[in-house]
Amino acid sequence: MANPQQHSAKASQPAGADFIQIIDVVKKFGDSTAVDTVNLTIRKNELFALLGSSGCGKSTLLRILAGLETATSGKILIDGEDLAKLPPYHRPVNMMFQSYALFPHMSVEANVAFGLKQEGAPKNEIEDRVAAVLDLVQMKKYAKRKPHQLSGGQQQRVALARSLVKRPKLLLLDEPMSALDKKIRQQTQLELVNILEKVDVTCVMVTHDQEEAMTMANRLAVMSEGKIIQVGTPHEVYEYPNSRFSAEFIGSTNMFDGNVVEDEPDHIFVETPELENRMYISHGVTGPLGMPVAVSVRPERVNISHQAPDTKHNFARGVVCDFAYMGSYTLYHVKLASGKIVVANVSSLMLTKMDAAPAYGDEVYVSWSASSGVVLPK
Amino acid sequence: MNALLKRFLPKGRTAVIAVPFAWLFVFFMLPFLLVIKISFADLLIGIPPYTKLIEFKDGVVHLTANVGHYLFLLQDDLYVSSYLSSVKIAAITTLVCLLIGYPIAYYIARSNPSSRNVLMMAVMLPFWTSLLLRTYAMIGIVKNEGLLNNALIAIGIIQEPLQIYHTTWGVYLGMVYNYLPFLIMPLYAHLVKMDLTLLEAAYDLGAKPWKAFVKVTLPLSKNGIIAGCLLVFIPAVGEFVIPELLGGSDTLMIGHVMWDEFFNNMDWPMASAVTCAMVLLLLVPMAWFQYVQVQELEGKS
Repeated sequence: MANPQQHSAKASQPAGADFIQIIDVVKKFGDSTAVDTVNLTIRKNELFALLGSSGCGKSTLLRILAGLETATSGKILIDGEDLAKLPPYHRPVNMMFQSYALFPHMSVEANVAFGLKQEGAPKNEIEDRVAAVLDLVQMKKYAKRKPHQLSGGQQQRVALARSLVKRPKLLLLDEPMSALDKKIRQQTQLELVNILEKVDVTCVMVTHDQEEAMTMANRLAVMSEGKIIQVGTPHEVYEYPNSRFSAEFIGSTNMFDGNVVEDEPDHIFVETPELENRMYISHGVTGPLGMPVAVSVRPERVNISHQAPDTKHNFARGVVCDFAYMGSYTLYHVKLASGKIVVANVSSLMLTKMDAAPAYGDEVYVSWSASSGVVLPK
Repeated sequence: MNALLKRFLPKGRTAVIAVPFAWLFVFFMLPFLLVIKISFADLLIGIPPYTKLIEFKDGVVHLTANVGHYLFLLQDDLYVSSYLSSVKIAAITTLVCLLIGYPIAYYIARSNPSSRNVLMMAVMLPFWTSLLLRTYAMIGIVKNEGLLNNALIAIGIIQEPLQIYHTTWGVYLGMVYNYLPFLIMPLYAHLVKMDLTLLEAAYDLGAKPWKAFVKVTLPLSKNGIIAGCLLVFIPAVGEFVIPELLGGSDTLMIGHVMWDEFFNNMDWPMASAVTCAMVLLLLVPMAWFQYVQVQELEGKS
């Protein structure tokens, strides 16, 4: 019998906006805190990435979601159901392990069927679902092979099939690309996203590779020392980092430390010992005059010219101390009078517009627009 | 000159392999060929106590091979039944060792890496004393006025002492005790190298711990089980010392029959025939073991 109250409770929620809720989750190992009061909501059918360097607690958080670790405190709700008390074998959650963890003594088929057999599904249903999911990952013709007879990429697809076949409410991917060669990674990333979109599954992945997170995820969370630093779409996190850590972890950046010397609603001036003139930033900040801040300017936003730019702010004179041709762009290291090295990625198109490409030892000007600087609290 | 030397001197690889082969040839192959030879000879009072197979008389080479001993093995009930009894005792010993040894090996393999070596040391510690001494000590424990019976009577569990000494029960006790480490060691080696994320994967896919053990741990330790069981079974079939010291007159084992033929009947040819037949019987499980090992190696490459 359907419970009308439950129905109305579900109906009142916006469509899957907080499908998975992680509330105040803490995990301590002895004295050290691996996961420190994490709060996250993950939407239905979203691919969410936990991004951080090794030891930041992202894998522990993933293992808590899978039930392989128990949280010291906090709550995890999936579709309104509290997971805390459920052992891993009763959770509607499946995981693709970093090492794939395929059972070496079973064929591809038997590996994929394992989860359904534990459910006690009827034999013909198991056969149909296994065949369907192997078809989805294009591994049907390898069904009878043993895992050691497959390449790394094929093993990954079998592992994916095995974790998808039970139609979990939440799919966990632990460093899905780390066991693959760099060459096939990019292609595999897109293939994986395509497969996940086909089956409409909510997915949390863990990675230390920011490029991978940005390619694959709809939204991502930057983690450091057990805490969530920033949550947002790849675009939001890259363009509007909320902290020095985010800005430096996602991509590379030029960071200028200074103080706010003029604060207007539509712009501010920042004075920094690293630059001769002030930095002009076209948005206001909240905080007292004189507060210390860091200004982040992405290398691809930095322009290089032989002549001084036609502005009073946001430029500096320096000497090219290093450069590297990267194909689509050229990477310049420009040393300023203060000793600060500014990194600039100059696109090949820009270089052809210049009379002569700056070379080693040339005196050049670096400049950037007022909207390029992102002010970060210290 | 160097090239010439290289042609005639064995290569490094061959030289290294030659050492164990030479050792096996001198101390295993030659003696065994002698035993085979004696098994086809006739009994003779003298030194040596058997006839020659090849004789040169009046310009004719006489080759006499007596297969009578082998026929007698099949005819006389004693040999067949002692073979069967040896196999039965060895099989039961192996099974009991497996039932006791698997949980021990499992526990050690899953315990803290720092305490594993200490625990394995404890398993191997009895080897520091000779088998003979340990078996003699066992007599002190199981005999009618021994430690075990006295303790049980003192607690009041039994009134009369249990008759273990000089029965097949005593043999089982001694065999299981002595052979247990041989089963634990290879099993431990297999269990300890198992990838534990496989178990996590099994839990994640909905297998309860017991089911995960049966479906993942047990099949993956299969080769360890086979290696351990054969290491117990093969020497247990031919065991002589333990049944001799702990067993009674009803304990029939092929090792004892062999000893009887050699030392009581002084019938070297018959004893050799018994030996050859036993080796033949043991070759079957050994060949199987070899086959399994090769399969495992092929599976990995």
